[in-house]
Amino acid sequence: MLELSILWPSIANGLATGAIYALVALGLTLIYGVLHIINFAHGAALMVALYGVQLLFTRFGVDPYAAIVVLVPAMFGFGYVLQRFVIARASHGKDENILLVTLGIAIVLENLALVLFTADTRTIETRWSLATIDIAGAFIAVPKAVAFVGALAAAAILLALMARTDLGRAIRALARQRHGAKLVGIDVEHVFAMSFGIGLACLGAAACFLLPAYYVNPTVGNGFVLVAFTIVVLGGMGSFAGALVGGLLIGVVESVSGLYLGESLGQIGIFVIFLLVLMFRPTGLFGSKA
Amino acid sequence: MTNHRNRYPARRKFLKQSAALSAGAATLAAPAVVLGQRPAAIKVGVLHPVTGALAVSGVPCREGALMAIEDINAAGGIKSMGGARLEAVLGDAQSQPQVGASEVEKMNEAGVAAIVGAYASSICLATTQAAARHGIAHIVDVGVADQIVERGLKNTFRFGPGYRTVTQVAMHNLHVLNTLAGKPAKTAMIVHEESLFGTGTANLLAKELPTYGFEVKEIVKHANPTRDFNNIVLRIKAVNPDIVIPANYYNEYALLVRTMRQQKVAPMAIYSVLGGAASNYRFVKEFPDAANGIIDVNHWFNPRDKRVPALRKRVESKGGFFVYEFFMNYTAMWLLADALERAKSAKREDIIAALESSTFANHIMPYGPTKFVNGQNQGARPLMTQVLRSDIKVIVPQEFREADPVFPWKA
Repeated sequence: MLELSILWPSIANGLATGAIYALVALGLTLIYGVLHIINFAHGAALMVALYGVQLLFTRFGVDPYAAIVVLVPAMFGFGYVLQRFVIARASHGKDENILLVTLGIAIVLENLALVLFTADTRTIETRWSLATIDIAGAFIAVPKAVAFVGALAAAAILLALMARTDLGRAIRALARQRHGAKLVGIDVEHVFAMSFGIGLACLGAAACFLLPAYYVNPTVGNGFVLVAFTIVVLGGMGSFAGALVGGLLIGVVESVSGLYLGESLGQIGIFVIFLLVLMFRPTGLFGSKA
Repeated sequence: MTNHRNRYPARRKFLKQSAALSAGAATLAAPAVVLGQRPAAIKVGVLHPVTGALAVSGVPCREGALMAIEDINAAGGIKSMGGARLEAVLGDAQSQPQVGASEVEKMNEAGVAAIVGAYASSICLATTQAAARHGIAHIVDVGVADQIVERGLKNTFRFGPGYRTVTQVAMHNLHVLNTLAGKPAKTAMIVHEESLFGTGTANLLAKELPTYGFEVKEIVKHANPTRDFNNIVLRIKAVNPDIVIPANYYNEYALLVRTMRQQKVAPMAIYSVLGGAASNYRFVKEFPDAANGIIDVNHWFNPRDKRVPALRKRVESKGGFFVYEFFMNYTAMWLLADALERAKSAKREDIIAALESSTFANHIMPYGPTKFVNGQNQGARPLMTQVLRSDIKVIVPQEFREADPVFPWKA
């Protein structure tokens, strides 16, 4: 039997990973909640952002955390253009088309990365890569601690944006009643594209916090998108609080089950929770009944 | 200002003159070609995982093979064949066995005489089999899984030791070290990667360790790539073994050892068997603190060989590291050149026959002359090294010893 003394470090580690999951899931839930797009390209977009951070670091020596000021607007712009000029146009408003279009975008992006960067797994080494901080007996790697704080801050900014600004109100109005929103003068196409852009901007921030403690290769996004979909369903479709809590919860469950069941079986915990939620609370933890 | 009419005739004239000159030169040169009878180049497949999860090892593998080709050609090529030069046909297995096998098909189409590669055991298993279908001699550069040479494939020759030999040597040496130190170590924990190499090595270790009186507390498997070893290191912390034995590739090895430092886990020894980064100048340079004290039983050159320092310097002057991936391939290519020299032919079956009877001795490894039995070089053996004061030193056997072992290690 494993000692309980290692449980807290594992939970702390899981929280740090969970914060990143939450940030990825927040973008996904925003896109789903407003646009009702099941965005299969979410993982590929995260991969693009990770390569962005990696290139800025290796080519121009830009610190991954400083890269946020480049990556967040860049990913926002990428998302805006993608939604307004590719997804919206190619899908003709049909859900099944949207699925295929986002899947197609994912395939194109992944293969483009394969051509440009090969299948290599790339990492970055910073001065503080090996440093740790002691949090009540748990030695947490500095990049992970920063990721935790940063991801929570980014989530807070997003929540404030949604709650306090006109854009946030417009996005929420669109999510509730598309026609009603149009009637009161909201530019639907623009707000759709803004939502998609913000969703991808979350990935830009997530990438900056993630890369110092992780790696990038053309298929890196796949693992995240599967977990992010689980979090979105677990937290409740379109619920921001749900994505945040769900992300942290999944991070902890993955870490602790990895500790006790072994690395290969670690992800079982995630899907057990997922099934339990689907069985006993199908609307998710914070989801309202349809 | 130049007049257009004048300019064009001038250019035509120039072109005419150049054409006449080159035609003349070609006529003059032609007899020389006929007289010199420069033999056709011998195509050699150089197949490694130069992209994907194993790229960090595949790239120095390729560099080693290519530098050997460069040296062989500079030394006059294959003399018994009129100085025929070697020509590399490059292949990338992308760290996947099935891609490796399809690269062999391409190399067959390209008409290679032999193949050197393909680093990882699982890839070698696929490439040797694919090469066997076309009767292409395949020199296995590293690929330590013993299944590679135990399937009765006539075309497969492994220059280095297999993991059974390495594990036996490692366990024997560990026993001696531990006995000399008064038997402080009693328990061990194995951390291995999930493919053929790691799993096979871990199984052998789990079988061997108890025969020397060590209790195997736990065996932990991980995927490639793994970017978070915190859980595994926390388990090590909880189990608290005297010795941690990693069997994995470079990236994961480096991360595991670094995470152990982060989590302040310091066993009596990190005792690697074919450790991906344990005896690796790159790792020692990049993470000297994490590397110090690590023991490894692995492919290693003869430290007494006079040619090694110059070769190492050349590699480092090109920005590379003198890692086992490099020198195993460098030597494997020379082994092939030696076989070609004796075969006096680039026919695939002649090369296989020459390798079967190979007695190649002019190399930098501590193996003696080659002697292949069922494709395995009988003299192949690992050396035991330890990272001491940020340098890699041979500690066992005595005949190659550069420093005394430090065991148990005091962090």
